[in-house]
Amino acid sequence: MDIGTSHYLVLSAVLFAIGLVGIATRRNLIIVLMSIELVLNSVNINLIAFSYQFSDLTGQVMAVFTIAVAAGEAAVGLGILVAFYRLRSTTDLDRAMELEG
Amino acid sequence: MDFITTNGAALLFYLFAFLAVGAAVMVITLRNPVYSAISLLVTFLSVAALFLLRNAEFVAVVQIFVYGGGVMVLFLFVIMLVNLHRLREIQIFGVQWPVAAAIGFLFVVIIGLVVVTSSFGPLNPSPERLVDVDGEALGNSEAVAWMLYREYFVPFEIVSLFLLVAMIGAVVLARKE
Repeated sequence: MDIGTSHYLVLSAVLFAIGLVGIATRRNLIIVLMSIELVLNSVNINLIAFSYQFSDLTGQVMAVFTIAVAAGEAAVGLGILVAFYRLRSTTDLDRAMELEG
Repeated sequence: MDFITTNGAALLFYLFAFLAVGAAVMVITLRNPVYSAISLLVTFLSVAALFLLRNAEFVAVVQIFVYGGGVMVLFLFVIMLVNLHRLREIQIFGVQWPVAAAIGFLFVVIIGLVVVTSSFGPLNPSPERLVDVDGEALGNSEAVAWMLYREYFVPFEIVSLFLLVAMIGAVVLARKE
Protein backbone atom coordinates (compact mmCIF):
# COMPACT_ATOMS: atom_id res chain seq x y z
CA MET A 1 0.00 0.00 0.00
CA ASP A 2 1.78 3.10 -1.22
CA ILE A 3 0.96 6.66 -0.29
CA GLY A 4 0.91 8.67 -3.49
CA THR A 5 0.75 12.36 -4.19
CA SER A 6 -3.04 12.19 -4.54
CA HIS A 7 -3.39 11.22 -0.85
CA TYR A 8 -1.53 14.38 0.09
CA LEU A 9 -3.56 16.50 -2.31
CA VAL A 10 -6.86 15.26 -0.85
CA LEU A 11 -5.61 15.85 2.70
CA SER A 12 -4.52 19.35 1.70
CA ALA A 13 -7.92 20.04 0.11
CA VAL A 14 -9.69 18.91 3.31
CA LEU A 15 -7.52 21.17 5.49
CA PHE A 16 -8.05 24.04 3.02
CA ALA A 17 -11.83 23.58 3.14
CA ILE A 18 -11.83 23.45 6.95
CA GLY A 19 -9.82 26.67 7.05
CA LEU A 20 -12.13 28.27 4.49
CA VAL A 21 -15.25 27.37 6.50
CA GLY A 22 -13.57 28.74 9.62
CA ILE A 23 -12.75 32.03 7.88
CA ALA A 24 -16.27 32.36 6.50
CA THR A 25 -18.28 31.43 9.58
CA ARG A 26 -16.48 32.08 12.86
CA ARG A 27 -17.28 35.37 14.54
CA ASN A 28 -14.15 35.53 16.71
CA LEU A 29 -11.29 37.30 14.90
CA ILE A 30 -8.66 35.16 16.69
CA ILE A 31 -10.16 31.96 15.26
CA VAL A 32 -10.37 33.53 11.80
CA LEU A 33 -6.62 34.23 11.93
CA MET A 34 -6.01 30.62 13.02
CA SER A 35 -8.09 29.43 10.03
CA ILE A 36 -5.91 31.53 7.70
CA GLU A 37 -2.89 29.70 9.14
CA LEU A 38 -4.63 26.39 8.38
CA VAL A 39 -5.16 27.43 4.76
CA LEU A 40 -1.53 28.50 4.32
CA ASN A 41 -0.40 25.22 5.89
CA SER A 42 -2.49 23.19 3.45
CA VAL A 43 -0.76 24.99 0.57
CA ASN A 44 2.58 23.90 2.06
CA ILE A 45 1.42 20.28 2.03
CA ASN A 46 0.76 20.60 -1.71
CA LEU A 47 4.20 22.11 -2.34
CA ILE A 48 5.98 19.35 -0.39
CA ALA A 49 3.93 16.60 -2.04
CA PHE A 50 4.81 17.83 -5.54
CA SER A 51 8.44 18.38 -4.54
CA TYR A 52 8.62 14.68 -3.65
CA GLN A 53 6.58 13.63 -6.69
CA PHE A 54 9.03 15.19 -9.14
CA SER A 55 12.20 15.02 -6.97
CA ASP A 56 12.49 18.79 -7.28
CA LEU A 57 13.71 20.91 -4.39
CA THR A 58 11.97 24.05 -5.68
CA GLY A 59 8.80 23.06 -3.85
CA GLN A 60 10.62 22.89 -0.52
CA VAL A 61 12.22 26.31 -1.10
CA MET A 62 8.79 27.75 -1.93
CA ALA A 63 7.39 26.14 1.24
CA VAL A 64 10.05 27.99 3.27
CA PHE A 65 8.94 31.26 1.63
CA THR A 66 5.30 30.46 2.39
CA ILE A 67 6.13 29.84 6.04
CA ALA A 68 7.94 33.20 6.22
CA VAL A 69 4.95 35.00 4.67
CA ALA A 70 2.56 33.19 7.04
CA ALA A 71 4.63 34.28 10.04
CA GLY A 72 4.56 37.91 8.87
CA GLU A 73 0.83 37.66 8.20
CA ALA A 74 0.21 36.33 11.72
CA ALA A 75 2.22 39.17 13.26
CA VAL A 76 0.38 41.90 11.31
CA GLY A 77 -3.02 40.21 11.75
CA LEU A 78 -2.61 39.94 15.49
CA GLY A 79 -1.42 43.56 15.58
CA ILE A 80 -4.65 44.58 13.83
CA LEU A 81 -6.57 42.39 16.31
CA VAL A 82 -5.01 44.17 19.29
CA ALA A 83 -5.77 47.59 17.74
CA PHE A 84 -9.36 46.48 17.04
CA TYR A 85 -9.76 45.21 20.60
CA ARG A 86 -8.55 48.56 21.99
CA LEU A 87 -11.18 50.32 19.87
CA ARG A 88 -14.18 48.04 20.46
CA SER A 89 -13.30 46.01 23.59
CA THR A 90 -14.31 42.85 21.73
CA THR A 91 -12.96 40.55 19.02
CA ASP A 92 -16.39 39.86 17.52
CA LEU A 93 -16.18 40.41 13.77
CA ASP A 94 -19.84 41.46 13.55
CA ARG A 95 -18.82 44.58 15.44
CA ALA A 96 -16.31 45.51 12.71
CA MET A 97 -18.83 46.94 10.28
CA GLU A 98 -17.81 50.64 10.27
CA LEU A 99 -14.46 51.81 9.00
CA GLU A 100 -14.18 54.91 11.15
CA GLY A 101 -13.22 54.69 14.80
CA MET B 1 3.74 -7.39 12.97
CA ASP B 2 4.57 -7.94 9.31
CA PHE B 3 1.65 -5.72 8.38
CA ILE B 4 3.04 -2.86 10.48
CA THR B 5 6.58 -3.12 9.09
CA THR B 6 5.52 -3.40 5.46
CA ASN B 7 2.88 -0.66 5.66
CA GLY B 8 4.63 1.55 8.20
CA ALA B 9 4.75 4.66 6.02
CA ALA B 10 1.08 4.35 5.03
CA LEU B 11 -0.02 3.80 8.64
CA LEU B 12 1.97 6.83 9.78
CA PHE B 13 0.43 8.90 6.97
CA TYR B 14 -3.11 7.95 7.96
CA LEU B 15 -2.38 8.48 11.68
CA PHE B 16 -1.02 11.99 11.17
CA ALA B 17 -3.55 12.86 8.46
CA PHE B 18 -6.51 12.02 10.72
CA LEU B 19 -4.80 13.78 13.63
CA ALA B 20 -4.32 16.90 11.50
CA VAL B 21 -7.89 16.91 10.16
CA GLY B 22 -9.45 16.16 13.56
CA ALA B 23 -7.47 18.90 15.26
CA ALA B 24 -8.30 21.32 12.42
CA VAL B 25 -12.01 20.63 12.90
CA MET B 26 -11.56 21.28 16.62
CA VAL B 27 -9.84 24.60 15.85
CA ILE B 28 -12.94 25.97 14.15
CA THR B 29 -15.58 24.34 16.39
CA LEU B 30 -14.32 24.86 19.96
CA ARG B 31 -15.63 27.84 21.90
CA ASN B 32 -12.55 28.64 23.99
CA PRO B 33 -9.74 30.22 21.86
CA VAL B 34 -7.06 28.64 24.09
CA TYR B 35 -8.34 25.15 23.20
CA SER B 36 -8.42 26.19 19.54
CA ALA B 37 -4.80 27.32 19.78
CA ILE B 38 -3.72 23.99 21.29
CA SER B 39 -5.60 22.11 18.54
CA LEU B 40 -3.86 24.31 15.98
CA LEU B 41 -0.54 23.26 17.53
CA VAL B 42 -1.50 19.59 17.09
CA THR B 43 -2.32 20.27 13.43
CA PHE B 44 1.02 22.02 12.87
CA LEU B 45 3.00 19.18 14.45
CA SER B 46 1.07 16.52 12.48
CA VAL B 47 1.74 18.40 9.25
CA ALA B 48 5.43 18.57 10.20
CA ALA B 49 5.41 14.77 10.60
CA LEU B 50 3.78 14.48 7.16
CA PHE B 51 6.60 16.63 5.73
CA LEU B 52 9.11 14.20 7.27
CA LEU B 53 7.34 11.32 5.49
CA ARG B 54 7.95 13.16 2.18
CA ASN B 55 11.72 13.59 2.74
CA ALA B 56 11.41 17.31 3.55
CA GLU B 57 13.38 17.30 6.80
CA PHE B 58 14.40 20.94 6.68
CA VAL B 59 10.88 22.25 6.03
CA ALA B 60 9.52 19.98 8.78
CA VAL B 61 11.91 21.48 11.35
CA VAL B 62 11.19 25.02 10.11
CA GLN B 63 7.48 24.24 10.46
CA ILE B 64 7.96 23.17 14.10
CA PHE B 65 10.17 26.19 14.90
CA VAL B 66 8.14 28.90 13.17
CA TYR B 67 4.58 27.61 13.58
CA GLY B 68 4.87 25.45 16.69
CA GLY B 69 7.15 27.98 18.37
CA GLY B 70 6.75 31.52 17.07
CA VAL B 71 3.22 31.76 15.69
CA MET B 72 1.76 29.69 18.53
CA VAL B 73 3.37 31.90 21.21
CA LEU B 74 2.03 34.95 19.35
CA PHE B 75 -1.51 33.53 19.33
CA LEU B 76 -1.47 32.51 23.00
CA PHE B 77 0.01 35.88 23.98
CA VAL B 78 -2.75 37.79 22.16
CA ILE B 79 -5.45 35.50 23.61
CA MET B 80 -4.15 36.37 27.08
CA LEU B 81 -3.97 40.07 26.12
CA VAL B 82 -7.66 40.33 25.18
CA ASN B 83 -10.16 39.86 27.96
CA LEU B 84 -11.79 36.47 27.41
CA HIS B 85 -14.58 37.01 29.89
CA ARG B 86 -16.12 39.64 27.64
CA LEU B 87 -15.96 37.31 24.64
CA ARG B 88 -18.75 34.96 25.74
CA GLU B 89 -20.40 34.61 22.36
CA ILE B 90 -23.90 33.22 22.33
CA GLN B 91 -23.33 31.82 18.85
CA ILE B 92 -19.77 31.07 17.83
CA PHE B 93 -20.74 30.65 14.15
CA GLY B 94 -22.36 33.25 11.93
CA VAL B 95 -25.78 32.61 10.40
CA GLN B 96 -24.20 31.64 7.06
CA TRP B 97 -22.52 28.47 8.36
CA PRO B 98 -24.67 25.86 6.50
CA VAL B 99 -23.88 27.53 3.15
CA ALA B 100 -20.19 27.77 4.00
CA ALA B 101 -20.05 24.13 5.10
CA ALA B 102 -21.82 23.01 1.90
CA ILE B 103 -19.41 25.01 -0.27
CA GLY B 104 -16.43 23.59 1.65
CA PHE B 105 -17.73 20.03 1.18
CA LEU B 106 -18.33 20.69 -2.54
CA PHE B 107 -14.77 22.04 -2.84
CA VAL B 108 -13.32 18.84 -1.33
CA VAL B 109 -15.48 16.66 -3.61
CA ILE B 110 -14.42 18.55 -6.74
CA ILE B 111 -10.71 18.52 -5.84
CA GLY B 112 -11.01 14.86 -4.89
CA LEU B 113 -12.59 13.96 -8.24
CA VAL B 114 -9.88 15.82 -10.15
CA VAL B 115 -7.07 14.29 -8.08
CA VAL B 116 -8.37 10.72 -8.23
CA THR B 117 -8.83 10.81 -12.01
CA SER B 118 -5.38 12.30 -12.72
CA SER B 119 -2.01 10.56 -12.71
CA PHE B 120 1.37 12.12 -12.03
CA GLY B 121 3.79 9.51 -13.36
CA PRO B 122 6.41 7.69 -11.27
CA LEU B 123 6.79 8.83 -7.66
CA ASN B 124 10.14 10.42 -6.74
CA PRO B 125 11.97 9.43 -9.96
CA SER B 126 15.45 10.54 -8.78
CA PRO B 127 15.69 10.64 -4.94
CA GLU B 128 19.33 11.77 -5.04
CA ARG B 129 18.23 15.19 -6.31
CA LEU B 130 16.60 15.92 -2.93
CA VAL B 131 19.98 15.74 -1.12
CA ASP B 132 22.24 16.84 -3.94
CA VAL B 133 24.73 19.67 -3.34
CA ASP B 134 26.80 20.35 -6.46
CA GLY B 135 26.98 16.65 -7.36
CA GLU B 136 27.58 15.51 -3.79
CA ALA B 137 24.92 13.81 -1.62
CA LEU B 138 25.16 15.83 1.60
CA GLY B 139 21.63 16.12 3.01
CA ASN B 140 18.28 17.83 2.70
CA SER B 141 19.13 20.96 4.72
CA GLU B 142 22.35 21.47 2.78
CA ALA B 143 20.54 20.98 -0.53
CA VAL B 144 17.76 23.45 0.37
CA ALA B 145 20.35 26.00 1.55
CA TRP B 146 22.34 25.51 -1.65
CA MET B 147 19.28 26.19 -3.76
CA LEU B 148 18.08 29.06 -1.57
CA TYR B 149 21.36 30.94 -1.74
CA ARG B 150 22.24 30.24 -5.35
CA GLU B 151 19.00 30.25 -7.34
CA TYR B 152 16.59 32.07 -5.04
CA PHE B 153 18.89 34.64 -3.49
CA VAL B 154 16.89 37.74 -4.52
CA PRO B 155 13.52 36.32 -3.33
CA PHE B 156 15.26 35.32 -0.10
CA GLU B 157 16.42 38.90 0.47
CA ILE B 158 12.96 40.23 -0.41
CA VAL B 159 11.45 37.89 2.20
CA SER B 160 13.84 39.21 4.84
CA LEU B 161 12.81 42.75 3.90
CA PHE B 162 9.15 41.68 4.07
CA LEU B 163 9.67 40.28 7.58
CA LEU B 164 11.25 43.58 8.67
CA VAL B 165 8.27 45.52 7.27
CA ALA B 166 5.81 43.10 8.94
CA MET B 167 7.61 43.49 12.27
CA ILE B 168 7.55 47.28 12.11
CA GLY B 169 3.91 47.21 10.96
CA ALA B 170 2.88 44.95 13.84
CA VAL B 171 4.64 47.20 16.37
CA VAL B 172 3.04 50.34 14.92
CA LEU B 173 -0.44 48.74 14.82
CA ALA B 174 -0.34 47.39 18.38
CA ARG B 175 1.27 50.50 19.93
CA LYS B 176 -0.69 52.64 22.38
CA GLU B 177 -1.51 56.14 21.13
